[in-house]
Amino acid sequence: MDDSTQPEAGAPADQPTLKAPLLFLSVLLIASCGLIYELVAGTLSSYLLGDSVTQFSTVIGVYLSAMGLGSWLSKFLHRGLARRFVDLELAVALVGGFSAPILFQAFAHTHAFRVVLYGTVVAVGTLVGLEIPILMRILKDQVRFKDLVAGVLTLDYIGALFASLLFPLLLMPKLGLVRTSLLFGLLNAGVGLWSTHLLQSQLGPTRMIRLRCLAVMALLAVGLAFAGKFTLAVEEEIFADEIVYARDSAYQRIVLTRGRGSFQLFLNGNLQFSSADEYRYHEALVHPAFGVRPDARRVLICGGGDGLAVREVLKHPSVQEVVLVDLDPAMTDMARRQPMVRQLNGAALDDPRVKVVNADAMVWLQESTGGPFDLAYVDFPDPNTYALGKLYTSRFYRLLQRRLTDDAMITVQSTSPLMARQSFWCIAATMEASGLKVRPFHLAVPSFGVWGFALASKRDFAPPTRVLPGLRHLSDEATAAMFAFPKDMDRVPVEVNRLDNQVLVHLYTREWRRWS
Amino acid sequence: MRRRDFLAATAASALPLACRKKPEFPFQGELVGPDLALGHRFRGQAVPDPERFEPVSALIVGGGVAGLSAAWRLAGGGLDDFRVLEMEPEPGGTSRSGRNHVSAFPWAAHYLPVPDRGNRAVLRLLKECGVLEGFDAKGDPVFAEEATVRAPEERVFAYGQWWEGLYLRAGASAEDERQYHAFFQEVDRWAAFKDAKGRPAFSIPRSRCSDAPEARALDGLSFAAWLDDHGFSSPRLRWLLDYACRDDYGSRLETTSAWAGLFYFAARKQGPGEDSRPLLTWPEGNGFLVNHLRKASGDRLRCGVMATSIRAVREGLRVTAWDAAQQRPVGWLAKRVIFSGPQHVARHAIEGLGAARPATSRIHNAPWLVANLTLRARPQEPTFPLAWDNVLRDSEALGYVVATHQSLRDHGPTVWTWYRPFSGADCEAERARMLALDWPACARMVMADLRPAHPDLEGLVARLDVMRWGHAMVRPAPGQLWDSDFLALARPFGAIHFAHTELSGFSLFEEAQDHGLRAAEEVLAALGRPGATWR
Repeated sequence: MDDSTQPEAGAPADQPTLKAPLLFLSVLLIASCGLIYELVAGTLSSYLLGDSVTQFSTVIGVYLSAMGLGSWLSKFLHRGLARRFVDLELAVALVGGFSAPILFQAFAHTHAFRVVLYGTVVAVGTLVGLEIPILMRILKDQVRFKDLVAGVLTLDYIGALFASLLFPLLLMPKLGLVRTSLLFGLLNAGVGLWSTHLLQSQLGPTRMIRLRCLAVMALLAVGLAFAGKFTLAVEEEIFADEIVYARDSAYQRIVLTRGRGSFQLFLNGNLQFSSADEYRYHEALVHPAFGVRPDARRVLICGGGDGLAVREVLKHPSVQEVVLVDLDPAMTDMARRQPMVRQLNGAALDDPRVKVVNADAMVWLQESTGGPFDLAYVDFPDPNTYALGKLYTSRFYRLLQRRLTDDAMITVQSTSPLMARQSFWCIAATMEASGLKVRPFHLAVPSFGVWGFALASKRDFAPPTRVLPGLRHLSDEATAAMFAFPKDMDRVPVEVNRLDNQVLVHLYTREWRRWS
Repeated sequence: MRRRDFLAATAASALPLACRKKPEFPFQGELVGPDLALGHRFRGQAVPDPERFEPVSALIVGGGVAGLSAAWRLAGGGLDDFRVLEMEPEPGGTSRSGRNHVSAFPWAAHYLPVPDRGNRAVLRLLKECGVLEGFDAKGDPVFAEEATVRAPEERVFAYGQWWEGLYLRAGASAEDERQYHAFFQEVDRWAAFKDAKGRPAFSIPRSRCSDAPEARALDGLSFAAWLDDHGFSSPRLRWLLDYACRDDYGSRLETTSAWAGLFYFAARKQGPGEDSRPLLTWPEGNGFLVNHLRKASGDRLRCGVMATSIRAVREGLRVTAWDAAQQRPVGWLAKRVIFSGPQHVARHAIEGLGAARPATSRIHNAPWLVANLTLRARPQEPTFPLAWDNVLRDSEALGYVVATHQSLRDHGPTVWTWYRPFSGADCEAERARMLALDWPACARMVMADLRPAHPDLEGLVARLDVMRWGHAMVRPAPGQLWDSDFLALARPFGAIHFAHTELSGFSLFEEAQDHGLRAAEEVLAALGRPGATWR
């Protein structure tokens, strides 16, 4: 080999020299990009289709054979190799860079995901397969063949190693698939732009080419800027209104939407409140218990991380201490910092009387020694999972009672007595089974429908007839009226919800299925 | 071409398949006891005589559930002058537990079906440790809600996803459903059975079971043969029953007595046509019960002491033992000995026993591998959520139980206890196979088993510790359970009394406790302290 390449060695002194070492650096970058696109396609298809072994095997196989196709096709390119190389980089940047968003969209909106997947893989693979042969031919007059082969292949392999380490350790966890693919597209386009400088002697006028490079880079940069919105766009087809805040915490997806003069909080897609009528809900949750114990000083709130119940509690001058136990720090942080929510709850969580504990309320009740409290509010999301269902068991209410004074009042949000009548009465029956005296009540909250609560105490008590003056919804008369149940919401016999049966989860999902 | 190869190799490292090529796992762990070296150290050779033999009224050899229960009974009978010897550093046998910064966790036995009102010994124990809260209007015991298994109790992984329950209803044919119900009708028939003396065919402990010929006849054939005879051919029914045999006996349908197979289901029924009894469990499994029982022994319990010979002399029984910590022989002169270890140890330790009782060599114990996986976080679960007991259908292992389930922690770090019985027909060969596994081989086995259900598990494991139980569970082989020579093993041998679950023919907490109480009451009577029975 050495003999046959000898005549090629040594560039004619009069030919303008290229910046060969810097071109070698391009090899490193394009090798990284090439492997990233392959890993993106493999990972994405594993995510969406499952069976990672099959998905990775077929994606790698198709990708490598497409690279072979690209290498073979390179022999049909004869003139203007430098220009071809820049164009090639831009093509890889566009197809590879947008591969992840394209594939996500294809999965969501078409039935031909596999066609799009393998089409994309073939396109990227073919283009990437063209890169190295063309670059080597550009460099062949600059560098001796043995150095050329050694240099290009070495950097090619190092680039691949670099990418294969970067992808699982940094890119996937920090950026995710969409941003990773767009970022490396940008890198490819950057190589194109840079090449217009390195290969200037072979390109002739470069103005138009550079403009094209910048256009492609701008396109990818816009894609990158809106990558965060990408997942939101899919969700907005589910939520009716504009999304103003969204966060995946360790426990749930928190979404705020705004529209029709109000805003709404959703947890895992379930409405928690609308600013239009949450005052009805939170006044009913908080004030009846104060009607029985107007001098309450120490208050426990389980759940209620939005701070709206705290806002109502703090209206009572007797209150000296509020402990709020909510699982999710992301939720209580949002209640403190998100301007709309903070304004709605009156910055209640920053009140010096309020202490926020981020813990599973049931584990906290079991293990901590706080209290005793004069009032307790239990304001959890509806019991649609076992992890939530445990917070409505007789064991939970027993643990809660251990933290209360003997004449303390408990108020439990108990879902809708109209739409989930058995679930509602199951909660009341379960509280009774734990030894509590229970007086259920209800009101209309337009966003939710007819909503119910259970007011309870260790000792028997008369329902409240007076509430704090100056509330928006509750008056003395309205308070008394809440405790009467019309026939279609009246008590039904139900089993007690225990840790070992969790009947409420089954009741609840069955009852609500009829309304969705 | 080379680039192609390289790319394939790099990308393949992202594949789960390639994990076996890695030299190590991204987590640590170790093989923990039982102390096999100590257990086998003096096999076939004598321990030197100790300097002196300390006199004692009763010596309990073996600090598992049977031995601790015997001590509990002796102390309850007012006898203080006894010792309990346990060769392991911790008592409890296969009910041992461990604890780390995340949770307490079991090392083997991890639940107890709630006792019926006739099982007085278990009720007494549960009352002492606060689990029995009282009795309802009908006179049935009421148990603490936090000790009964929290729902969801179990789930099964099949067809690439998790399903509620253990019996797989998805994809079951009408014939599968018919056979399922027919089998449980048959179980109900046996649950309703009463003999001439009013005793049930199946009850826990088995000392309450009828010995009527029609019930005993079930022991004459294997569970597989019994199912064949009754036309139970449904693959998913047979999978469920085979799982039950592996889970409770370490054996298969073919190597389990039909009596034991039906006992598993019928003895747990609340009554004919009713549900199975709920289960009691704790984060540390039956370690909770052990930790209560051991209080009765106090400092009379000596761990790391292995009895190597028991010999009748004129003054009583001379017991020689090896103290592993002090590296020296120790001795006792006991009026009575309760031997609460397994028979294969008794045969070596008790002079003359093997020759007098050949049945001691007919007991076969299945080996088990138990792994505790400490997880930093929980895997992503898109289908039916994590339950207490999580079973993979297409696996030789039994799945895993979740230690934090009962402590109500539904988020964050947890400990999973994974079980695999070596249920091949030849126990000796299976034991050799298991003991040949080093830690990496064990870790590989555990991860390969769980990977189909949890592809993202490896990155979540902080530790993986493994216990290799050489003799974990006695197998109720057909013909064994009602064999008169086998049953005679529970009788005293001179002044030596026997207590071990093995003597029932299967391994249950209640059986171990029952034998412990029986042996202790034999000893109390022999020492002139008879009293009302606790059994």
